[in-house]
Order: sequence, then structure tokens, then C-alpha cells
Amino acid sequence: MTLPMDSDTQSFVLLRLGERRFALAAKNIAELVAPTRVFRFPHQTPEIEGVILRRGRIVPVCDVAERLIGKSLKSRRLYLIALRRYAGQAEWIALPVTGECELITTEMSPASDADSPHVAGWLSHAGDVIEVLNLAGLTPGPTELLAPAAPLEAEEARP
Amino acid sequence: MRPALPAKQPAARTEQIILFRVSGQLFAVSSASVQEVRSVDSLGGATTELSQPGLRKVRHVLRRAGKPVYVVNGAMHFGLPAAPATLIFVLRRTRTALLIDGIEKMTTMSRLQALPKAFCHEERQWYRGLTSLEQSVVPVVAPEGFLSEEELALLDAALPQDEMSESGASEEAEWTQ
Repeated sequence: MTLPMDSDTQSFVLLRLGERRFALAAKNIAELVAPTRVFRFPHQTPEIEGVILRRGRIVPVCDVAERLIGKSLKSRRLYLIALRRYAGQAEWIALPVTGECELITTEMSPASDADSPHVAGWLSHAGDVIEVLNLAGLTPGPTELLAPAAPLEAEEARP
Repeated sequence: MRPALPAKQPAARTEQIILFRVSGQLFAVSSASVQEVRSVDSLGGATTELSQPGLRKVRHVLRRAGKPVYVVNGAMHFGLPAAPATLIFVLRRTRTALLIDGIEKMTTMSRLQALPKAFCHEERQWYRGLTSLEQSVVPVVAPEGFLSEEELALLDAALPQDEMSESGASEEAEWTQ
């Protein structure tokens, strides 16, 4: 017997920032990693607190808690490595999160015009209504039009 | 029958860099970009004071090949706390010299990663990219990123008249050491 596939069902990763939960599309998540050393150097992008080294790549750490819950995370346990799409390119960014993440499969209600740009949609899970995050509206990057899915290939500068 | 020789691995491209500190923070610059390294003390009277209130990071100018070279305070450029500078890098193919705390060492980088796009402000002009060295991450500065064309024009306009008139004078001997 073949069960009918529900085309509106997607996988999401639920993450916790303080007391609140948010979701990201699972297809944009690479991994959840333990706290690691953050390397800091001078720059002018306040949302970025530094970079971490992950699998030979240098990944910027973007603390989204300030914007989403109004305060920075005091106890940070893990980094969620997510894919941030830019025009013509996609790169990994590390999002500090408070605790373990959960993978769920459910339907998403798309965002309306009244929602903030960082909201990609909404989903209902275990009695909560949870924001699905749009990283392009939440994390810094050059002013751009969001491009369609691009292959992940970090730009190499010429040594 | 002789066994096939293993395919030759292409030589990894490497670049020699100088690791230096500004206000305690570690940076790298391509050694090919550094024309001279001078101690601040050795400059003595070779610099002229310059007053451009709109650009506090430049207080002095020196002359190379008959052209003014502006001395940028590295700590002010990067927004770091002031620290006593002991050395100056005169940067090749620019009109910039950079005040630094000191040189850490010379080394080689084999990979330069472009600055992640999440960094989206002035730092995109400051750095060529980032490199990973001994489990650490070091920004590699762009020599042309210390002064923009607009800033150079401002500084040229603030040059004392006698400095301007010397601009066309015959080339001085270089002080490379």
C-alpha cells in the first residue's frame, strides 16, 4: 500500500533562544555543534560577533537573539550551522542557540504581508505557534534580492 | 612492466605574509605589499604634520619618490584602543604608510577565504579575506583599504603648500632597509 504524500509537509529544525522556540527549514541546516572558540577581529557589522572554524571553513557567528527575543544569550550551549543564501551564492553562518534542537515534519502556513521580513511562515507544534525564520531577513548581508537556491560554494580569494 | 608513476600533485599556491599587531590585535599583510619597514624613531624629521580634522587617523605625511605618503594610525583605522606604535609599514602601490605595534613573525598562508558576506560594512574594504593559521583566524588586510580615493583627495587638499610644490620634484632615494 502506498500512502499519499502530502506535498505541503516539510521538515523543520526547532531551536530554542532563551524561553522561546523558533524554526528553520531543515534543508538549510548543516549541523548542530558544541561551543567552540570564537575568533574576533575588528569590523563594523554589529550583528556578527566573530567567526568559528568548522571543517576547515571560517564561519561567521551571528547572534540573532537580540533581535528575536530582545536580549543576547547568556547561556549559550550550541551553534546551529545554517545556510544563508545571498544573490548568486550561499554561505554557512553559525547561530548561537540555547539548547538542543528538534527535528519535526509538519505543514507551514506562509507569512503574510503584515509579518516581519524575518518571518518565512508559521507552524503549529505541541500547542505552540512557532515562527519559521527567514535568514535573509534576519542576518546581515549586502543589500540584495534573494536569489533562487544556489549551490553552496564559498568564494575563494586568490592567495 | 613498470608500475605507473603516481600522478604529480599540483603545488599548493602559497603566499608569504607578515603577521603584525595593532593595539594587540593580530593581522596579516602580504609581504609583497610591504615596501619598507621603518621604526617610528628612525623617521625623525622625515615626516610633516598634517591637519585634516575630518580624518583623524592621519596626522603625518612623508615623502616617497617625490609623492606624499600618508601615515595611517592603524588603531584608529580599525577602531581599536590607542596603543604606542613602534613601526611603520610603507605599503607598495599605495600612498599609505601604516603605524603598527610591531611584527609578530613572517609565515606562509596556503589558503585565503573571502570575507563571509555576512560582514557587510567597511570591513569589506579593510580585508582581502581571512586565513586560518595554527588553529586561529587572522584577517588579511587590503593595502588599498586604508584610504579611499575620497580620503586621499581630502588629504591632498590639506597638504601644506610647500609639500605640494615638492610633489613634482625629482625622486628621492628610497629608504628600503
